Amino acid sequence: MKSRLRFTLQLGFTLVVCLFMIVPVAMSVIAGLTENYFVGLQSGLTLRWVNEVWQLYADTIWLSIKLALACLLVTIVIGVPAAYGLLRSRRRWANAIEELLLLPVAVPGLATALALLLAYGSYREFRGSWLFILIGHVLFTLPFMVRAVLSVMQTAKLPQLEEAAASLGAGFRQRFFGVVIPNCMSGILAGALMVVTLSIGEFNITWMLHTPLTKTLPVGLADSYASMRLEIGSAYTLIFLVMVVPLLVAIQWAGKLTQQHH
Amino acid sequence: MRSSVSITLNHCSRTFAGGNTALQPLDLHVNAGETLVLLGPSGCGKTTTLRIISGLESPDNGGQVLFGERDVTALPIEKRDVGMVFQNYALFPNMSVADNIAYGLKIQRLPRAEIAHRLDEVMRMVDLKGFGERRIDALSGGQKQRVALARAIAVLPKVLLFDEPLAALDAKLRDRLRIEIGQLLRELGTTAVYVTHDQDEAMALGDRIAVMQAGRIAQLGTPQEIYHQPANAFVADFIGAVNCLEVIGMQADGGLIVHGGELVATHLQGVSTVYCRPEDIQVVPLSQADIKGKVVQSIFLGQSQRLLVDTGGASPLQIEAPCRQRWPNGTHIGLNLPSSVLFHPEKTNTTDTTKELANG
Repeated sequence: MKSRLRFTLQLGFTLVVCLFMIVPVAMSVIAGLTENYFVGLQSGLTLRWVNEVWQLYADTIWLSIKLALACLLVTIVIGVPAAYGLLRSRRRWANAIEELLLLPVAVPGLATALALLLAYGSYREFRGSWLFILIGHVLFTLPFMVRAVLSVMQTAKLPQLEEAAASLGAGFRQRFFGVVIPNCMSGILAGALMVVTLSIGEFNITWMLHTPLTKTLPVGLADSYASMRLEIGSAYTLIFLVMVVPLLVAIQWAGKLTQQHH
Repeated sequence: MRSSVSITLNHCSRTFAGGNTALQPLDLHVNAGETLVLLGPSGCGKTTTLRIISGLESPDNGGQVLFGERDVTALPIEKRDVGMVFQNYALFPNMSVADNIAYGLKIQRLPRAEIAHRLDEVMRMVDLKGFGERRIDALSGGQKQRVALARAIAVLPKVLLFDEPLAALDAKLRDRLRIEIGQLLRELGTTAVYVTHDQDEAMALGDRIAVMQAGRIAQLGTPQEIYHQPANAFVADFIGAVNCLEVIGMQADGGLIVHGGELVATHLQGVSTVYCRPEDIQVVPLSQADIKGKVVQSIFLGQSQRLLVDTGGASPLQIEAPCRQRWPNGTHIGLNLPSSVLFHPEKTNTTDTTKELANG
C-alpha cells in the first residue's frame, strides 16, 4: 500500500516536471504555426511564418551549418591527436593540460570572446570573417571532443593493440590510422555529435564576435525576438528545434553504442 | 619456411625511471631454431627480457641485442621481423578473424593471391578453418589465442615471442593449446622465446629453460637439468615440489642422520640439508625403511595421491604415492630414499641416472 502511494507520488512529480518543461516548448512551436497568436488557434494554422523566417534568415542558418561542420573538422583534426597524446603521455603535465582544456567551458563565453577581440580584433579582414567566430567555437567545443575520444581510448586497451600491430611490422602512421582511429570511432562519433550540437546552439561567444554579415542562427534568433512579430520568433525557434533535436537523439544513441562496446 | 636465426643478449640491463632495476646485466644466447622458456615468478624480469628481445623496450646503455650476426639494438619492434603472442590476445576488435591474421601480410603489401594462400595455410595450421569471417568478440578465449598465434606466424617471423599466452585460459584448454603450440614450434623450426610462470608449460615446451629470479637468471639448462640438478634452493623449489631434509648429524660410516632415520649419500658429504622430489620417495615396509614417520594428511589427486608425513622435522615430507592404496591419518609408514635421488644444489655433480636423463 505504502509503495503504491510512493509510486503514485513519484509519477505525479515526474509528470509535473515534464509539463513544466514541455509546455513552453509546445506553446512556442504552436505560436510559430498559428496565423495570429493573439487571436489563438482558431485563427488557423499556417506555414507562412516559417516561410518568412526562411526568407529573412536563411543565410544565418547556412552560416550556422557551415560553422558547425568546419568546427567539427577542426576539432577532429586537433582533438583526436591531442587525446592520443594525452593518453600516451605519462608525465605530470598531461593531467594539467586535461584540466586546462576544460577552462573555456568554465569561463563565461563573453569573457572568452572579449579575450579574442582584444587579441585579434585589430586584424580587420579576419575580424569580419566567419573564421573569427570559428575560433571561438573551436575553443568552446574542443574539450568535449578530446574528453569523448580520450575516455574511449582509455578503455580500448590501445597500447596493447598498438604493440601487436607494431610486432606485425606496422609503422606509426599505419598503427594510428589502421588501429587507433578505427578503435576509438565510437568516441569520435559521440564527440562529433556533441561538437555540432554545441556549435549550432552557441550564443554567448558568437554574439560578441559577430558582425552584421556574420550572424549565426542563435544570434538571428535573438535579433528576431527583439525586432519581429512573436510568430516569426517562434517559427524561427521551430526551425532551430528541427535542426537540434535529431542531433540530441543521436547523442543519446551514440552514448548507448559506446557503453555496449565496453 | 624461413631459416631461423639465433638471439644474443649482451650485458642487457633495464632500470626504470625512479631507479627500480627490473633486470640485472644479462647475457643470454638462444640457438637458432631453439625454444627457450623464461620461467619465474612475477616481477622476476622475464617479461622485461622478452620485451627487450622484441624491441618494445630498450636495454640500458651498453646493452646489445643481436639477431644472428645483426645488431638490432637500435631497431624498433616493427623493423625486427618478430611475431609476438600476448597474454590478453591483443586482437584488433575492429577486424574479422581473417583480417586480423592477414594484417601483417597487408602491411608487407604482398600480392592478394599470396595473402589468400598464406591465410588459408595458417588457418589450417591452427585449426581455424571456416572462422575467417567471424567477429573477434564472437570467439572463445582459446579461439582468440589461436587467431593471435596464426597472426604471429603468418608473417613468417625470424623469431617468435610468447608473453604468457596461456595464462588467461582455463586448465584443460591450457593443456590442449600447450600441446598444439609445441607441435607448431617443432613444425616451424622458428627460434622462439616463451615467457611463463607455469613450470609444466616450461618443461613441455622448452628445449632449454632459463629460471629467473629477481632480475637474474638463476639457472639455464634443459628441463631435465633444471629439474634434477637445480642450481639453488629457489630453483629446486620453483620447479616442482621438493622436500628439504635437515641433516642433524653424521654416522661414523658417513650416513647422514635426519629426522626420522638415516640416509646413505656418499656424494653429499658435508651438507646441512638434503633435497629430494616427492615422486622419488618410496613407501616400504617399516622393517626396510630408511626413515619412519606418521601420515598427517593424504591429498587425493586422481592419478596419484600426495601424502604428508611427519618425521619430526620442521615441515612434513611430501610423498607421491599410488592412488589406490589407503593410509589413514596417523598410520606409521616406512620410507625409502635411495642415494641416487638425493641431491643438493651446491653439489650438482649428482648420480649417473640423473645424467642419463639429462642427456636423453
